Amino acid sequence: MHLVLERRTEQSRTIALVSPLIAIGLTLVTMSILVAILGTNPISALGVYFIDPLTDGYSLQEIAVKATPLVMIAIGLSLCYLANAWNIGAEGQFLIGAVAGSWLAVKTHGTDAGPWVLPAMLLLGAAGGALYSLIPAICKVRFAASEILTSLMLVYVADLVLDYLVRGPWRDPAGFNFPTTAAFDPVATVPVLIEAGRLHLGAVIALVVVAAGMVLLGKTIKGFEIRVVGAAPRAARFGGFNSNQLVLLTFAISGALAGLAGIIEVAGPVGNLRPGISPGYGFTAIIVAFLGRLNPVGILIAGLFLALTFIGGEQAQIAMKIPLDVTKVFQGILLFYVLACDSLILYRFRLIFASPKVSRGAA
Amino acid sequence: MRKILIATTAAMLAAGVSLVGASAAEKLKVGFIYIGPIGDLGWTYQHDLGRLAVVKEFGDKVETTYLENVSEGPDSERSIEQLARAGNKLIFTTSFGYMDPTLKVAKKYPNVHFEHATGYKRDKNVSTYSGRFYEGRYIQGIIAAKMSKAGVLGYVASFPIPEVISGINATMLGAQTINPNIKVKIIWANTWFDPGKEADAAKALLDQGADIIMQHTDSPAPMQIASERGKLAFGQDSEMIKFGPKSQLTSIIDNWGPYYIERVRAELEGTWKSEDFWGGLKTKMVVMAPYTNMPDDVKKLAMETEAAITEGKLHAFKCPVFAQDGKEVECKGGTHLDDGQILGMNFYVKGVDDKIPGK
Amino acid sequence: MGLLEAISLAVLAASTPLLIAATGELVAERAGVLNLGVEGMMIVGAACGFGGAWLTGSTMIGALCGIAAGTLLSLIFAMMTLGLAVNQVATGLALTILGVGLSGLIGARFVGERIATAPHLHIPGLTDIPLVGRILFGEDAFVYFSLALVVGVWWFLYRTRAGLVLRAVGDNHASAHALGHPVLRIRLFAVMFGGACAGLAGAYLPLAYTPFFIPGMTAGRGWIALALVVFASWRPVRLVIGAYLFGAVTILQLHAQGWGVGIPSQFMSALPYLATIIVLVLISRARTGGSTTPAALGTVFVPDR
Repeated sequence: MHLVLERRTEQSRTIALVSPLIAIGLTLVTMSILVAILGTNPISALGVYFIDPLTDGYSLQEIAVKATPLVMIAIGLSLCYLANAWNIGAEGQFLIGAVAGSWLAVKTHGTDAGPWVLPAMLLLGAAGGALYSLIPAICKVRFAASEILTSLMLVYVADLVLDYLVRGPWRDPAGFNFPTTAAFDPVATVPVLIEAGRLHLGAVIALVVVAAGMVLLGKTIKGFEIRVVGAAPRAARFGGFNSNQLVLLTFAISGALAGLAGIIEVAGPVGNLRPGISPGYGFTAIIVAFLGRLNPVGILIAGLFLALTFIGGEQAQIAMKIPLDVTKVFQGILLFYVLACDSLILYRFRLIFASPKVSRGAA
Repeated sequence: MRKILIATTAAMLAAGVSLVGASAAEKLKVGFIYIGPIGDLGWTYQHDLGRLAVVKEFGDKVETTYLENVSEGPDSERSIEQLARAGNKLIFTTSFGYMDPTLKVAKKYPNVHFEHATGYKRDKNVSTYSGRFYEGRYIQGIIAAKMSKAGVLGYVASFPIPEVISGINATMLGAQTINPNIKVKIIWANTWFDPGKEADAAKALLDQGADIIMQHTDSPAPMQIASERGKLAFGQDSEMIKFGPKSQLTSIIDNWGPYYIERVRAELEGTWKSEDFWGGLKTKMVVMAPYTNMPDDVKKLAMETEAAITEGKLHAFKCPVFAQDGKEVECKGGTHLDDGQILGMNFYVKGVDDKIPGK
Repeated sequence: MGLLEAISLAVLAASTPLLIAATGELVAERAGVLNLGVEGMMIVGAACGFGGAWLTGSTMIGALCGIAAGTLLSLIFAMMTLGLAVNQVATGLALTILGVGLSGLIGARFVGERIATAPHLHIPGLTDIPLVGRILFGEDAFVYFSLALVVGVWWFLYRTRAGLVLRAVGDNHASAHALGHPVLRIRLFAVMFGGACAGLAGAYLPLAYTPFFIPGMTAGRGWIALALVVFASWRPVRLVIGAYLFGAVTILQLHAQGWGVGIPSQFMSALPYLATIIVLVLISRARTGGSTTPAALGTVFVPDR
């Protein structure tokens, strides 16, 4: 017996809608078994994971806060991936964006600088991320160096740059040598939307980014070019599209969005620059981009859903004493199921009850 | 249809939860936020032992919850708030980086009491606590100077924060009482926790001529390297004799249990007040592991020093203290440096041949 | 023991897990499969390796457990990317998340335990040769095995027909398929080999480096292994150089501190990554036709029928 994939001539709409449900169903079954083995009632565990966080305003806010950087980064990455440009260094661009924007916050700290500081910081953050992402992009178009690997390498460099700055030149002089900058001034802080809550302006910006992504991909020629270059490179060449230019463009956009997410995170929920500002957002966003099938609305949903598993996992730790490692395993399994089921959209699965040799002969 | 289903399930679950809540109402809920996994054998492991001591002491009267591996970035504020929202009335946040998030959450939950380890900012409902680990370091310095043949100590350090700097200084001040020409080689691993890197640092120190390993990082790797090379070493955070039965001279044990028990008791009795607790040998927040692998006279000296510090007759930073450049440090505490000077220590004492990184 | 010899030994030990993991990944990438889950496979290898050795008292069984664990995880990856044609980058990242969680669950009961370190070789006469004896004949078996592994892989890739086919599959799966080579089956073996190596590399840490298990003890070494494959431009011999260079920079940075050299340690730590990028640019630029980057790297293959 053996499994064969057949490319569908037309993508199935029904399957596109049903596949995530199948994946979630499979995950729930797997997870129930796993949780039951660990000696917890699976029904109540699932309730804590998926339903409790959706039933109170606080948790919904937290889901939005967690999803904000993931969605912003993933939108940028989806443009890259659609154009066949493999930026996997968003984590580094996130950090450099945070560093670039923080520079202004550190320089204006304690001065009576006006409300222009925050917008300028956001611009600097986006510019920093964009410039940083252009390094692998230029290496690719100019020297044909694999952007997957250069962008990944630059993550570590970014991490060390940030580490050096907060342990050295930018360290808070009143901070007992701890590796953080001084807390940002109010003019350098992203405002919260609800009093005493944590939902901040970044969430709105993320929604704007999603809308912009929809417009870019659906209504503009550039968006069309991006999709054609990715889906049919040869046709794109005949059409006279400049694929190098598109690599630079998509990298710059995704770097800018990652950088923007970085400075928003630092000037928002964190409040100062310090090591460990990203719990792997840049990498998690790659998963979000694929979960959302490189589609802006899909990414928004995927980002919120992944955020839900983080919040739910934390509440499961508190309410059910389910270890964090179980949440990680469960996230991994969920991702596998979703990715696998999405394969159904492009391919038809067929089980063939014959030896693989024969079927290859027939090919 | 699906929506209705979710809503009903949610309502049912909510009812279930509130039932559970009612039956557990008398229990005091105590929460803990950990920076690492509870199995790190070091910092977090010791805090969790403290939590277990609370469970043992109060049994059914308390219910403890912890969140492990909480990064100091944007997630920590949410994690702390989750514990507060889950009904925990006393919350211990056990890493320096949780300082600002703890204060932010505390403002929102004035009826919840918070305890932040190793920080310096307090509020009406936020206490701080930490250990006077430098007291143990002073004793280690004396033992090290007695036991070192080469007169060179190897120090695996994490980050140049005051706690680590004051540890290095206390070690040197102790060691200099035995051997005024003692040297210390310091390697900054720039991590609290990376067993491989800590092992590499310990190897480098031994290879460069140090013959005693001291560490201010959290894993037992340096101890185990010393053990492999037949050299002596001091443990950190926890009892590490298992990793160097023939090497461990003693270990500075972070003993949070008694403090946690005391604070939980205060909470149960309604006498909890915000305060700054800095406990040392006397209050048993810092405990020395048994003195092993040393001759009786050294052991005796170590125990006498420990007794003197415990009784308050001896202070690791007794005046005069001279800085690296030979200038005398202002003596704000009368006969010794005051707590503020130690908590914010950012200079080396005379005899340390190194430069503080980033300074 | 002289300082130079001591440093060399430390470099050997620090480089070995990187070399083993990178060798496995090199073979997978040569077959055109980019598995970013090396870190995940390594950490599960570490947990299972330690568990095996702790339960049985045998380093050998520990190593085998590590290999088995890495291979099993790589099979999940293969099932996804080869069987269901799912994107390799996303799957690799998901594998890492899964691996970190799994290792924590598996390793929870081993925390606080310790085992004996893997024995070092001792060949009377040879090991006692001054200067080079300890290095050439006195380390643990993993060190020499890793070198044998690289030689084996080199021989396989460049001197056997199967190796030629594997490289062909990595460079152009469509033509390899047209020539009648079983693309997916070859890739499956390459991915499994990568998993086995990653598992062994992970197991090396608790078995030979620091004989205890702590969650997260791989501390990013899997990602470094990925970098090394590129640094080596997918060539086994350069991989050895790269791994030892990387190990040397790590160790020398610590020694430099002990000597009191005042370079920010972050700069030293960033050097290997910057060097990798520069090497990548140079090799990509220098080549004309004979590219070393497997042309089909990271792309899915679904046989047409």
